[in-house]
Amino acid sequence: MERLALTPMSKGNAMLQEEKVFKDPVHRYIHVRDQLIWDLIGTKEFQRLRRVRQLGTTFLTFHGAEHTRFNHSLGVYEVTRRMIEVFKGHPHWNEDDRLLCLTAALLHDIGHGPFSHSFEKVFETDHEHWTRAIILGDTGVNAVLRRMGDEFPREVADVIEKIHPNKLVVSMISSQIDADRMDYLQRDAFYTGVSYGHFDMERILRVMRPLEDQVVIKNTGMHAVEDYIMSRYQMYWQVYFHPVTRSAEVILNKILRRAKALYLDGYAFKQTPVHFIPFFDGNPTIADYLKLDEMIVFYYFHTWEEETDAILADLCRRFLHRRLFQYVEFTQHFIMNEWSGLKERFKAIGVDPDYYLVVDFSSDLPYDFYRPGEEEERMPIHLLMNDRNLHELSRESEIVEAISGKKRTDHKLYYPQDILHTPGQEDTKREILEILSN
Amino acid sequence: MLEQHIKVMSLLQKAGDITGRKKLQKMIYIGKKLGMPFYEKYDFRRYGPYSEELSLRLEELHQFGFISEVREEKAGYHQYRYELAPMGEHFLAGKAERATFAEQETIITEMNACSSKFLELISTVLFLEPARKEEVIRKVHTLKKTQNYSGEDIDRAYSYIERWKQQAK
Repeated sequence: MERLALTPMSKGNAMLQEEKVFKDPVHRYIHVRDQLIWDLIGTKEFQRLRRVRQLGTTFLTFHGAEHTRFNHSLGVYEVTRRMIEVFKGHPHWNEDDRLLCLTAALLHDIGHGPFSHSFEKVFETDHEHWTRAIILGDTGVNAVLRRMGDEFPREVADVIEKIHPNKLVVSMISSQIDADRMDYLQRDAFYTGVSYGHFDMERILRVMRPLEDQVVIKNTGMHAVEDYIMSRYQMYWQVYFHPVTRSAEVILNKILRRAKALYLDGYAFKQTPVHFIPFFDGNPTIADYLKLDEMIVFYYFHTWEEETDAILADLCRRFLHRRLFQYVEFTQHFIMNEWSGLKERFKAIGVDPDYYLVVDFSSDLPYDFYRPGEEEERMPIHLLMNDRNLHELSRESEIVEAISGKKRTDHKLYYPQDILHTPGQEDTKREILEILSN
Repeated sequence: MLEQHIKVMSLLQKAGDITGRKKLQKMIYIGKKLGMPFYEKYDFRRYGPYSEELSLRLEELHQFGFISEVREEKAGYHQYRYELAPMGEHFLAGKAERATFAEQETIITEMNACSSKFLELISTVLFLEPARKEEVIRKVHTLKKTQNYSGEDIDRAYSYIERWKQQAK
C-alpha cells in the first residue's frame, strides 16, 4: 500500500494526500479525502457489511438484488458529501459539522445484521441498539472515532439515533428527503433492474438549502422532488412490498422461530448452532453479534436441511431452493369466518398452522412512503418560497397531494400450496383450497 | 394470527378510549418500556419516540373494523379519538389466552389521564435512559426547547416513571 503524507486538519483527522475513490454504479465515484473516513471503512465492523445484503430476501424475487449494506453505506456517505458541497457558504451551515455528518452517514447502518428485519423480530432485538453498541463499545470503529475526542463517538451515535441537538445534521441523514433514502431508492432500483426508483438527484442536491433545523427545497426544484416522491411510492409497492419477497421473508422468519423453539425444548441438533445460541438464550454480546453474517446463516440453513425435525428441514429446503409459499388476499371476512376452520383443517392434514399458515401485514415491513405528517410527528418536506416562507410540499404539488393520503396497507395469507396437491386426505385438502380460492 | 394487533386492541379495551394519536403512541411506548408485551419498533421523532409500525397497525385495525377512529375538530386543530369497535369486542371475546392487561389497569388509566405533552416528556426521558439524570435533563432542554418543560415537570416525569416501574414489577 502506498505511503501517505498526512496534512493536519483537525484533531484526530488529517486529509489524505491523495484522494481515494471507489467506483460505484449508482454515483459513478465515491470520493474519500479524510483519513478518519478511510480508516473507518477499513475496520472489521464496517467490512462485515459486505456480507449483509441491503434488501434481505429480495434477491429471491429480483435476482440482481445482491447489493450489500457496504455499498449502501458508502453511497449515503457520498450523497451526504455532495450535499455538504452545496451547503458550503450558506448561513446555516457550519463547516465544523462536516466530519460529524460524514461519519454518521457512513456508519448509520453499522448495526444491521443478517436478514435483520426477520432476525430482529424473532430475537427481540434491534439494529439501532447494535449501532450504538458498536459505536460506543470496545470495537475498531470506536477506536478510530475516539481519535477525534472522547465525546465524538457519542455525538455520532446521537445523530444516528436522532437525539443530537443539531437537527440540521440529523435531517441530512434521516428525514423525508435525506441521504439515506436518496441512495437506497436509486441503488435498489439499479440492482433490482426496475425502471422506477430513478429521479434527478443532482437537481435535488442543487436546490437543497440548509435552514436552522432542517433541509428545505427551493420551490423551483419542486418537480424534481415530485419525481423522488413518486419513485418512493412505486418502489414501496413494486419492490419492497413484492408478495414473493414477503413469502421468502415469512419462511425465513419461521425457520428462525423453529430453530429457537427446538433449542429451548432441548432438541439435539446434529451440529450445535454455536453462532445462534447466544441469540436463542437472549444474551448476545457485541462479539456474538459481529460474528453473525449472511454466510453463517446460510451455512446453518444448509445443515438444518439435514435435520430430523421435519418442519425445520422443510422450511430450510423451501428457502434455499426457492420453494416459496403461495398467497391470497387476507380480509376481515377471512378473520371472522374462515380462520379457525382453516387452522383446524391444516391440523387435520398434519400440517402445523403455526408454521405453514401465516398472515403478513404491511406493518410487518420497514418501509413507508411520503405522508405530510401525523400530528406533525414527522417533519414534512418544506418548499422555500420566493417570499422566504415555507410551504409543505403537498400544499403546492397536486401530484404529491394525490398520493399522500393513499392506503398504505396490504395483508396477505401465505401457505404451502404444493402440500395441498399431494396424495392423502384429498377431501380436506380440497376444502382448504376452496376456502383459499374464495 | 394478529397477536400484536390483539395487544393494541386489548390496551384500548382497558383504557376505554384514547384521544390523540400522539397519546396512543406514547402510551404504548411507555407500556413497552415498563415491560408490557409490545414489540413495535420506535425511533425518535419530533415529539419523542414514535412507531411507524404502530401507526400502520392502527390503520390496519381500522380497516378491519376492529377499532374506531374519529376525527374531532378542535379550535384551530384536529385530533383522533380511538376506541374498540363492536366488531373488535366480538373478536377479542374469542381470544381467551390474550394479554388483558388486568394487572396494569392502574398504570393504563393513569397514563390515559395524563396530557399528551406530559406523556411526550415521560417517553422522551425513557428513550434517553440509561443516561444519567443530569444528562437527560440537558438533552430534554435542547431537544424539546419549544415545549418549555420546567425542572418541576421533569422531576414529576421521573416520579411517575419510578412509581409505574414499581407497580409494573
